[in-house]
Amino acid sequence: MAEDIKVDSTLDCKGLVCPEPIVKTNIAIKKLQVGQVLVMESTDAGATSDMHSWAKRTGHQLLKEEASGNVLKFYVKKMK
Amino acid sequence: MTEKPKRIALIASKGTLDMAYPPLILATAAIAMDMEAGIFFTFYGLDIINKHKYNYLKVPPLGNPAMPVPMPNILGALPGMTAMATMMMKSWMSKANVASIPKLLDMAREGGVRMIGCQMTMDVMGVKKEDLIDGIEIGGAATFLDFAVDANISLFV
Repeated sequence: MAEDIKVDSTLDCKGLVCPEPIVKTNIAIKKLQVGQVLVMESTDAGATSDMHSWAKRTGHQLLKEEASGNVLKFYVKKMK
Repeated sequence: MTEKPKRIALIASKGTLDMAYPPLILATAAIAMDMEAGIFFTFYGLDIINKHKYNYLKVPPLGNPAMPVPMPNILGALPGMTAMATMMMKSWMSKANVASIPKLLDMAREGGVRMIGCQMTMDVMGVKKEDLIDGIEIGGAATFLDFAVDANISLFV
């Protein structure tokens, strides 16, 4: 499903732990234009909960999550 | 949107390695969530922003039953045990790839965390402004309260 998401930027946070994935995600999303999509890749098991809270608070949209092996991918659309 | 940003106000009062992490992690995470964050470094917490000390914060095994390798107090009291516990903790942290205290301080500064060093503590401990890392504002209880009174979250660590 939704394999047609156009990705504008990828952020590698593999190996990083709290709070770095969300700190880096927030810095990366600020560099994009509204409507563009960032993919954040993380191996932090806490990232799923944190990314949901981050998206809720910042107002950006979590379009999709994928897991392959221990790597989690979060597709985030910049909303503002 | 002109909605007022949410704010967290933290007090860092402890100077051990384990207690340096929570305020810095919460403050940097708050910035990432588009919140405002401020930390008041007071009493032993001042060591976290003391550039001669922040690389050498220690974990005391004495009276600490939560060490990953539990250590009887009588052993924890022996000379050298604090250094050993600190070395072990640093090695676990680095294996887990947890950011170091200096790195978290850089992240806090770059993110715009308001960091206030307690003037009274500096006077008591003989700490000068040039002993502190860059980007620290010096103030007292009123400075912190003026920031904290408008905070949504306020925590004492």
